[in-house]
Amino acid sequence: MGRRMGLAWTFLRVGALNELQYRVNFFLSLVQSVVAVGTALVVLALVFSHTDSLGGWSSDELLVIMGVYVLMGGLIRSVIQPNMQQLMEDVQEGTLDYVLTKPEDAQLLVSVRRFGLWQAVDIVVGLLLVAVALVRIGDPVSVWSVLAFVLTLILGGLDIYCFWLILTTSAFVVVRVDFLIELFDGMYQAGRWPVTIYPGWLRIGFTFLVPLAFAVTVPASALTGRLSGWLLLGAAAFTVGLLVLTRWVWRQGLRRYAGASA
Amino acid sequence: MREPRRRLQGLPGLYAVTMRTAVQVQFQYRTANYAYMLGMIAEPVIYLVVWSTVARSQGGAVEGITVGEFAAYYIVWTLVRNMNIVFTPYGWEGRIRQGELSGMLVRPVHPIHYDLAYFAGWKFVVILLWLPIAAALTLIFRPTFDISLLEIGVFLIAIWGAYLIRSMLLWVLGMVTFWTTRVSALYDMYFTAELLLSGRLLPLALLPGWAATVADVLPFKYTFGYPIEVIAGDLSTRELFIGLAMQVLWVAVGALLVAVVWRFGVRRYSAVGN
Repeated sequence: MGRRMGLAWTFLRVGALNELQYRVNFFLSLVQSVVAVGTALVVLALVFSHTDSLGGWSSDELLVIMGVYVLMGGLIRSVIQPNMQQLMEDVQEGTLDYVLTKPEDAQLLVSVRRFGLWQAVDIVVGLLLVAVALVRIGDPVSVWSVLAFVLTLILGGLDIYCFWLILTTSAFVVVRVDFLIELFDGMYQAGRWPVTIYPGWLRIGFTFLVPLAFAVTVPASALTGRLSGWLLLGAAAFTVGLLVLTRWVWRQGLRRYAGASA
Repeated sequence: MREPRRRLQGLPGLYAVTMRTAVQVQFQYRTANYAYMLGMIAEPVIYLVVWSTVARSQGGAVEGITVGEFAAYYIVWTLVRNMNIVFTPYGWEGRIRQGELSGMLVRPVHPIHYDLAYFAGWKFVVILLWLPIAAALTLIFRPTFDISLLEIGVFLIAIWGAYLIRSMLLWVLGMVTFWTTRVSALYDMYFTAELLLSGRLLPLALLPGWAATVADVLPFKYTFGYPIEVIAGDLSTRELFIGLAMQVLWVAVGALLVAVVWRFGVRRYSAVGN
């Protein structure tokens, strides 16, 4: 386990060093992030100019959700998506051979190879938003709720990772899956809002199919006094189940990989 | 001997051939086209859910717009959004850097005609693919429509007006690449303004008064909110025709801008390769 963590850390460092060569990109990411957050704030203001609460959430509480959404988006774009995109390319071109021949677990390797340092700007911006929102709400935040927040955030991140890996594994079968990125980006947008406002069938979809509820709404609930012990337990159980399922799907997918003139 | 089939000459001929090619090419990629269209549905569905939630909490309507009318708005939205897909300004970097423009320059007509014709042809495939999506959304979200024949007629013109305006404005925006390649911040800004002031994010009636006034004098509204409201809103006959007149105006402005910016921009172009 320790060796694997060390391996992931090494990849992270190399990825960061690689990105540090292109410093202008930091400002591009920052501008993009600021424009995106500015737009989202305007949207929030527009919605709340017509109502006081949305599905039981006040505007400051929704700001917590938005912060978590931005944070999780940064995590996806810096850690999860680059790796999955690389995996899609490798399957298409047959270069996955180079990963499979290495003496380490292939699922681990394909999950930690890439790291987009500048995209991580959103993680900081998201945390700032959460902090601002909590100050505006003004209620004291207990250590327990912060711990629960961190825990649910990690669980949510794992859920999204599993979801992505399962999607990407379909590349072993249908080869061309670039549109999946488009599809996921579209659906991830739904996470800006508490999943409770979506009609029944969509809410179930955003909870279990695309785990937006666990990735965004649940961590935000932890900070706004909405998280029960049962929900926390449920999130943990769901994540464990999903990790096992993902492992199985990954193995099935690998069997279908035939390589292609790498 | 049979008379050979008369061929269309000149510009109409160019359009006919390019559009037909686009239909054939894009129909081959129908699965990819479909996946792309399905991915785009998330956006309006999210807006629709948010505003329906607000409307319900306010006793059934926001600014007089009911839940059913929101549904109608965002379902028509999906067609107008598809009509609004034109050559992306991000594509200009490739055209210039890889010298694709060189080939277009030696042809005897202005290159915008190829883009206009190609994407217009593509629209016919898109509209065909859109019909089942619209049917499904209608079954799920139960929109309320109140449509007259006149409105249908105006709508059929207005979606093409929207297409022309957005094509030309984005062409002008793309041509900025002749001067600089650091365009992403500018484009971000443009698309954000468009999102907020076009009716894409929300019906313009929900904007604060001053913002709605700003939206009136900008072109964005005539590429999004106006065509949608022709069908999904209740515009008076006068408003229907004022909208069309504004579209004509913006088409003219767009054409002028394309002509002028192209003249100066293309002088800065030096072909690489190709």
